[in-house]
Amino acid sequence: MKPGLAIGALLAGVALIAALVSLVWTPYDVTALAISQKLQTPSAVHWFGTDHFGRDIGAMLMVGARTSLAVALVAVGIGMGLGVPLGLLAAARPGWADELTMRGNDLIFAFPSLVIAILITAVFGPSAINAIIAIGIFNIPVFARVTRAGALSLWTLDYIRAAQVAGKGRARISVEHIVPNIANLLIVQGTIQFSLGILAEAGLSYVGLGAQPPLPSWGRMLAEAQTMVTLAPHVAIFPGLAIVATVLGLNLLGDGLRDALDPRLRRER
Amino acid sequence: MTRYIIKRLLSLVASLLAASLVIFAVIEVIPGDPAAYMLGMNAAPDTVAALRESLGLNVSLPVRYANWLAGMVTGDFGISYTYKVPVADLVQARLLISLPLAGLALLLSTLIAVPVGLLAASRRGRWPDYAVMGGTQLGIAVPNFWFAMLLVLAFALNWRILPAGGFPGWSDPLMAVRALVLPSVALALPQAAILARVLRSALIETLGQDYIRTARAKGLTGSQALVRHALRNAMIPVLTILGMQFSFLLAGAIIIENVFYIPGLGRLIFQAITQRDLIVVESVVMILVFAVILVTFLTDLAYAAVDPRLRTRG
Repeated sequence: MKPGLAIGALLAGVALIAALVSLVWTPYDVTALAISQKLQTPSAVHWFGTDHFGRDIGAMLMVGARTSLAVALVAVGIGMGLGVPLGLLAAARPGWADELTMRGNDLIFAFPSLVIAILITAVFGPSAINAIIAIGIFNIPVFARVTRAGALSLWTLDYIRAAQVAGKGRARISVEHIVPNIANLLIVQGTIQFSLGILAEAGLSYVGLGAQPPLPSWGRMLAEAQTMVTLAPHVAIFPGLAIVATVLGLNLLGDGLRDALDPRLRRER
Repeated sequence: MTRYIIKRLLSLVASLLAASLVIFAVIEVIPGDPAAYMLGMNAAPDTVAALRESLGLNVSLPVRYANWLAGMVTGDFGISYTYKVPVADLVQARLLISLPLAGLALLLSTLIAVPVGLLAASRRGRWPDYAVMGGTQLGIAVPNFWFAMLLVLAFALNWRILPAGGFPGWSDPLMAVRALVLPSVALALPQAAILARVLRSALIETLGQDYIRTARAKGLTGSQALVRHALRNAMIPVLTILGMQFSFLLAGAIIIENVFYIPGLGRLIFQAITQRDLIVVESVVMILVFAVILVTFLTDLAYAAVDPRLRTRG
């Protein structure tokens, strides 16, 4: 295994394990306030110190990992679930269907996920669900484009022609022959969008458009830490490091997977 | 080229119309009665009626949409419900801060990325290349608002070289630029990391082309060929990324303004959300989306100018 892939898998794995473990166990209760313990620096009792309410930062990081990963994962699911069929349709039906899907994609591209989140929040109020929807909508055209590009090149190949001659319909060919052959592309793009989703969730929660209290999220931990950064820098350092490590891990994992899954995709980097 | 520009212009107008419909639908149709929504649950019926009247909500939806569009075109964005001033004035004042911030960040990221990308490409496979690739991988993973907080901690609170936040206004340009230094660095660095990587791979690809071998055979040194011939051709993918990254830069600027308490568009829109000032939200979102669509259009034109082959394609 290449070192990049190994480091990536390790970093992303740590975040995933922390998130899963937090479902059944955290070292402290993240909702319990202990003002007398506030802003403690890292120690044997609190490995990552405590925040301004005396909550254990390590425990909050674990639950924050769950929030980040869940939001990003569902957003990737929305993007894939809607984007891949649209891309397949565009590739299978050149002409109006292709034109319509691609113009629709261009339109969504004009709305950065932050702007979508702003629109949704202005009308429905902030929540983690709205963050998922905003990031998910932004993912749709990304997957549609990757799928369309991959599928278009496959439609010209002989075995697809053979399947057509054999009487298979376009929809059936898309599902039976196109999707398995672009799965690698989709996995790699999925990893990239997953890491972008974690960054986006952190940004949205930081400005108050994402996860709401008391649900811990890395972005909101940073927002709350901002006013205390001189008093207790550790409160601002650890959530940031958690984001960097997870995103870095996923990016390395994506690069490594691309090289491992499909040597043809290997680019000069 | 003229035909290409006209075709692109038409698609620009179509995109703007479609985007405006989406924004209008979300802000003015989904909440039901925007006036009631803005005033909250306990508003007296006659207050709501008065606001409906002043917002021009007492006409049919298509007429409202047409009025809103016409207002946008003529620069009349309506009156802010909370500030009681024309939204256009509010937006203009904020743009004078947000645009220079985004522009400064774009300039900085290009100034950092070009030499770094050149260095990595010219020392490919050796330690400067590995250092650049490692550093940029890290740069991409760092959330810009967290990086901004670290910058404040170091440069403003610890060493006290630069202001930690706020914006003194443009009456003293030197102080104003000083206030924008840390925010634009925070915005620029992750951007520069992406650009440098794209430039590096584009350069490596062009360096393998025949015309570079010809240039070398003519007697140009490796770095001369790199700067005079490869760099120019490698700018096309860089231009793509610059255009695509603009929307991230804009979104980033909105978030970064919150770290530094800079009264730009970002602060305006978040205040408007908390105060349920839908007219301001609607206008600012339309301006942001307009900016993204315009930049995409300009990038398309820039391609066509750089690479004539693209003019004949859709």
